[in-house]
Amino acid sequence: MQVLKVENVYKQYELGQVSTGTMAHDFNRWLHKIRGKEDPYLKITEKNTRDENGGTNFVWALDDISFEVNQGDVVGIIGSNGAGKSTLLKILSKVTSPTKGNIKIKGRIASLLEVGTGFHPDLSGRENIFLNGAILGMTKKEIQAKFDEIVVFSGVDKYIDTPVKRYSSGMYVRLAFSVAAHLEPEILIVDEVLAVGDAEFQKKCLGKMKEVSQQGRTVIFVSHNLVAVKSLCTKGIVMDQGKLVFSGSADEAVENYMNANASKVQPSTVFSSPDDAVGNEFIKIKSVSVQPEKLFITDAIQLDFSFWNYTDELKFNVAFDVIDVFGEVVFGSGHEFTSINNVGSASCLIPSNLMNDGIYSIHVYVHTAGMRKLCDFMDIVSFEVCDKERNHGYYGKINGAVRPKLTWKEG
Amino acid sequence: MINKEAGWTEIISPVNSYWNMKLGELFRYRDLIFLFVKRDFSAVYKQTILGPLWLFIQPIFTTLIFFFVFTKIAKIPTGGIDPILFYLAGITLWNYFSDCFVKTSNTFVANAGIYGKVYFPRLVIPISIVISNLIKLGVQLIVFAVVFIYKINFEGLSFSFHSTLFFLPVLILIMAILGLGLGIVFSALTTKYRDFSFLLAFGIQLLMYATPIIYPLSYTSGQLNKWISLNPLTPLIENFKFALFGIGHFDYVGLLYAACISVIILFVGIIFFNRVEKNFMDTV
Repeated sequence: MQVLKVENVYKQYELGQVSTGTMAHDFNRWLHKIRGKEDPYLKITEKNTRDENGGTNFVWALDDISFEVNQGDVVGIIGSNGAGKSTLLKILSKVTSPTKGNIKIKGRIASLLEVGTGFHPDLSGRENIFLNGAILGMTKKEIQAKFDEIVVFSGVDKYIDTPVKRYSSGMYVRLAFSVAAHLEPEILIVDEVLAVGDAEFQKKCLGKMKEVSQQGRTVIFVSHNLVAVKSLCTKGIVMDQGKLVFSGSADEAVENYMNANASKVQPSTVFSSPDDAVGNEFIKIKSVSVQPEKLFITDAIQLDFSFWNYTDELKFNVAFDVIDVFGEVVFGSGHEFTSINNVGSASCLIPSNLMNDGIYSIHVYVHTAGMRKLCDFMDIVSFEVCDKERNHGYYGKINGAVRPKLTWKEG
Repeated sequence: MINKEAGWTEIISPVNSYWNMKLGELFRYRDLIFLFVKRDFSAVYKQTILGPLWLFIQPIFTTLIFFFVFTKIAKIPTGGIDPILFYLAGITLWNYFSDCFVKTSNTFVANAGIYGKVYFPRLVIPISIVISNLIKLGVQLIVFAVVFIYKINFEGLSFSFHSTLFFLPVLILIMAILGLGLGIVFSALTTKYRDFSFLLAFGIQLLMYATPIIYPLSYTSGQLNKWISLNPLTPLIENFKFALFGIGHFDYVGLLYAACISVIILFVGIIFFNRVEKNFMDTV
């Protein structure tokens, strides 16, 4: 049975400051409206790309989104930042409305974009349970009926009559989540911001989602945590630049999203002749490549380098740094080669279970044996290391620049 | 908005119809309205020494200041009414109106945090503001009654009962409707253009002088009297004073006029408010 149907939903945003300019737009819109014409700014609205500026201040945050959700589905909505996930979530939660299109809903819908909305620091835990519950759409009666359960689940019964500003941040979040967890809507919308925070809380939160879906209720989960989507969701939707690019099973959606992202990374750079190649009078790059092209944390990674040598040197030191998305060097490595003529080549193997998941780029250096720098090339290739599916427990990103697999023993 | 055929219980669409005021939904959230009222009361005086005493202090001191400035220095007559009672009555009522107006006028801006995270009928908050101010008014009217009784018993003030005293709740209700109506119109306007909040900040002061709070309507004459009579607050304040002090006459026409204007403003306000609430998060 269909419980949610999104039909050709568009959302336009006007960028920039509110000023006399926007007032002129409002006036022009109104002029068109009273003459029975369409909003003139809908026509000039552009695709939502952050890095290109097409000269107008209007963008489509959502561009013709349609999909359907059946009862009991757990739908993961994935996409990179700016894909329109949050906008869609806001529209589904009725925080803002679509510019065009309709959404049809069957049953009560509750959204958790945040826990503890409306919590007042000066009020006691008890008062806040009632206030927050009512904000989320429960009646006083419903809250009263579940009050004891909520308190027990939160584990703060001792402090229930203390103002929540005296709570530790952990107690605060537990109480807030506990109220949210006892909502009983037919459709639950959850933002991934809920899934950050400490591991225990995340576990509780995701566990509750699983429980809700097992009761036959529908969950819509917005995330860019692919592991959580793969592990919890039955269906997946991929969004990119305001458009819906894929809809299918969760596994297929994650696959699709990864492939789309893989096209953004450039695992090999090859130059057919020295004339086109990057480099300088000493060294020109022939090729650099990363293998395999699609990588998981459990794969070993092979890096191959080859270059044209225009110096008289025979001994070289070839080295590289692995740089993460924040521009930090994760680690570097180098090796000395003693007999390189016109064309030099080298390869290096990064062992499996060392890299953390993420996108990395390679910074290559070539030095003489005396460590005189001949050349260095930033971002010559890039690659993504993907995480593997996990069955239980923590679904978030493991901390750290690297994620080596270490040997543990009991006792 | 129920599409019976397909069994959809709700449809989210770009615009609401003008006439869908969603009052049924508001009724379903009545518990929330009262919880907000309760929150306002239990939270506002936390960490104060005098606590709810502040409810009394403000009108009493303002009355004393008015008494010295307008009666002792400016020598403005109060139309035969004891000046202390005259100002206390005026200030108490005016405070109620201006609190309803000013506090509801920034509903969207002040509550963007909550509104941006969860949906509930947006009118819940302005209505809860009007109700919690009503309770505040009730407490302040007790202060007024105490001073009134003191004056009757110890200063020989005469008091005669008028049946128009029963109109007091009606006067207060109309005042609440007017304050709420104007407040939500302004809240809809300030969402995108903050200019209106500046306009309101000094406009409310000017409005007080255009309402017979510190002078009786009988003190004005000619053109000025006509303009001040156009203010829908004027018959409310004047009738309130008549009901209590029995000086002048009870203006039924004015009351009807004030009621009509207030209801129209509230009606327009709700339509306006419901239009804006759909997309205000994009501009707030």
